[in-house]
Amino acid sequence: MKRGAALAALALLGCGPRAVAPRVEAPYPERLSEWRLFAGRPAALLPNDRVVTYDVSVPLFSDHASKHRSVWMPEGTAAEYRDAGPFEFPVGTVFSKTFYYERGAEPGEVRSGVAGGRGGLEGTPETRLLVETRLLVLASSGWVALPYVWDEAQTEARLRVAGEERRYAWQGPAGERERFVYVVPSTDQCAGCHVRIEGRERRLRPLGPTARQLGGEYARWQRLGLLRGVPASMPTWSIPGRSPEAARARAYLDVQCAHCHAPDGPAASSGLSLRFEEPEGVGLGLCKRPVAAGRGSGGLDHDVVPGRPAASILFYRMASREPDVMMPELGRNLRDEEGLALVEAWIESLTGDCS
Amino acid sequence: MRAVAGAACLLLLACRRPAPPPPGAFQAQLQERLIKAASGETIEIPAGRFEMTRTLTLTGKTGVTLRGAGMDRTILSFAGQASGAEGVKVEADAVTIEGLTIQDARGDALKVERSDGVTIRDVKAEWTRGPHRDNGAYGLYPVQCSDVLIEGSVSIGASDAGIYVGQSSRVVVRRSRAERNVAGFELENTRSAELHDNVAVGNTGGILVFDLPDLPVQGGRDIRVHRNTVRDNNEPNFAPSGNIVAKVPTGTGVMIMANDAVEVFDNTIEDHRTMNLAVVSYYVTEERIKDARYDPLPEAVYVHDNRFARGGYDPVGGAALQSKKVILALRLKLGTPFPDLLWDGVVRDGLTARDARICFRRNGAAAFANLDAAHDFRNVSRELSPHDCALDPVPAVALASAAVP
Repeated sequence: MKRGAALAALALLGCGPRAVAPRVEAPYPERLSEWRLFAGRPAALLPNDRVVTYDVSVPLFSDHASKHRSVWMPEGTAAEYRDAGPFEFPVGTVFSKTFYYERGAEPGEVRSGVAGGRGGLEGTPETRLLVETRLLVLASSGWVALPYVWDEAQTEARLRVAGEERRYAWQGPAGERERFVYVVPSTDQCAGCHVRIEGRERRLRPLGPTARQLGGEYARWQRLGLLRGVPASMPTWSIPGRSPEAARARAYLDVQCAHCHAPDGPAASSGLSLRFEEPEGVGLGLCKRPVAAGRGSGGLDHDVVPGRPAASILFYRMASREPDVMMPELGRNLRDEEGLALVEAWIESLTGDCS
Repeated sequence: MRAVAGAACLLLLACRRPAPPPPGAFQAQLQERLIKAASGETIEIPAGRFEMTRTLTLTGKTGVTLRGAGMDRTILSFAGQASGAEGVKVEADAVTIEGLTIQDARGDALKVERSDGVTIRDVKAEWTRGPHRDNGAYGLYPVQCSDVLIEGSVSIGASDAGIYVGQSSRVVVRRSRAERNVAGFELENTRSAELHDNVAVGNTGGILVFDLPDLPVQGGRDIRVHRNTVRDNNEPNFAPSGNIVAKVPTGTGVMIMANDAVEVFDNTIEDHRTMNLAVVSYYVTEERIKDARYDPLPEAVYVHDNRFARGGYDPVGGAALQSKKVILALRLKLGTPFPDLLWDGVVRDGLTARDARICFRRNGAAAFANLDAAHDFRNVSRELSPHDCALDPVPAVALASAAVP
């Protein structure tokens, strides 16, 4: 009894653990700290009570930034499992994704974490450079995207609906150094990827976690009461009759591209679908003519030419760093050499003739 | 003396420019206004030249107007664009974009997607270096839209099409101008559209009406093209190859490909080195068709009461090698000048030229040729009589007034 009273007193004083402060309608807080997703020193990103951090099996490439992900759902609620697409989440759900680098030797120089954001938060508040924290909130009117940009002192992140640009030099593991513009998306640009087209309606939505993306995290999510209705067997990143490498390449393409290049995605008008489920045919770009690629075609005739990565527009655009040529259009300024190698090998493994 | 010095001082002060705002500040502010715009709101941009570094977006709104102080008075320059594949990108209903110039976008200048009720008025899309293969693809580019009105607008230098409407329905493009683009005006996979009182000059091809395979929206039909001036579209094709327009021969006035129910009348079409007007099937591209839903043949095309002059005097191909070969072969068969009215002559198995309902009437002294393209131009025929027919007029387009304010 005494103990309870003491806790209540602490909470009143504001020194105790204060709960997450969800919002389900505008106006949304100008400062990230107002959400109280993290406890203690802001840059430490320590999850507050009932905020759960997690990883995905195949992350989206974002200029070598590492990502720290968390989810919070209102007490007593849980997500409903879905085989395809993201799970169904309860109103009030708050996802956070913090994009960060390891600090380089000089100001403005950044490096990737060893695990590239997989396997939890890397480094310390001193070695990390937090760039932005994006929230996806299931408000009463639907999903809302909110980009918060960290200040130089790393004490607070502020809402920037119009986005922001940062100039950095990225240092690769082999000592390579490339200057680039890191683009914090505007809320419209968030919706450029986080959107599903339903007839004439466009609905913002999370891209994940999906059944495949959650991979090894199911047990933990279930134990924590975050996920209901998980079946005995779940879809995985494998394709019957195809090599694990081919499946990895397809998983990579799904995660990097299929949020737009899908029949219900914003790039549906291109006629190209890079969903993992897409059969190997013209829909997947095999011997498919570009539609409105403009100079994005690079003078090449088909999206994917079996056996010939160098003749494939898909590969050309993924390797480009020019704003109107490169794919994905947003969230990338540097090349993902590792991903390119996967896709290159996949195209080489395909057979067929476009002539 | 002192008074004069004082006045000079004042003058100097008056002439001193205010410190320029930090780069990106104007854009961030404008973008924030667009994101926070309420339904029915008008967002004004003052006169001036504004340097943009990323795509400007207007998304998910209804009835919003983005208004500059007028074409060439309000200039959004994307010469320093660091991110985004378009200059301005819109996905919003009952939307109006007017009174501004969009310069040197890295990709498309103004793309409007999946929007119902689109007005583009007094807008210029321009690449200031002139024709160049590295220019953006499209100038003014509504795609998968309905009830689209483009008027009093201009496009210069697009490496694909200047004023292009694709996969849309109920479209009016009028009193606009396209110059020195690859395609001046293009309607693609679009239903119920009207293109009138426009000027297409100095492009590679003046007006293209295409229906293409492998697109989610197909079956382009009910197109009216009238009272346009289509002149001297002889700009060497500068489209990056791989794009369908790279195959459009340099010096093309009007080309109708695979589209049904097209009426072309009361236009002036002149001074085109390769052809003033052609009606062709998709087979001329020599592309394999993998799309079972697709109909590659044009039908019910009625070309009448136009004024043709000086066509086909020195035919050449486009940017793509394939089109160079085709035009060269055709040149050997036809000699020059090419007739004003060309039809590739491809019909469904078992049908005759007459069945295709490709009709030409009252086009002055314009000459005709059926190219027999299905048989390598073996039996070229200049006999117009199978095409001396009239078709019911294509109805004028009625835009939904609720959608277009």
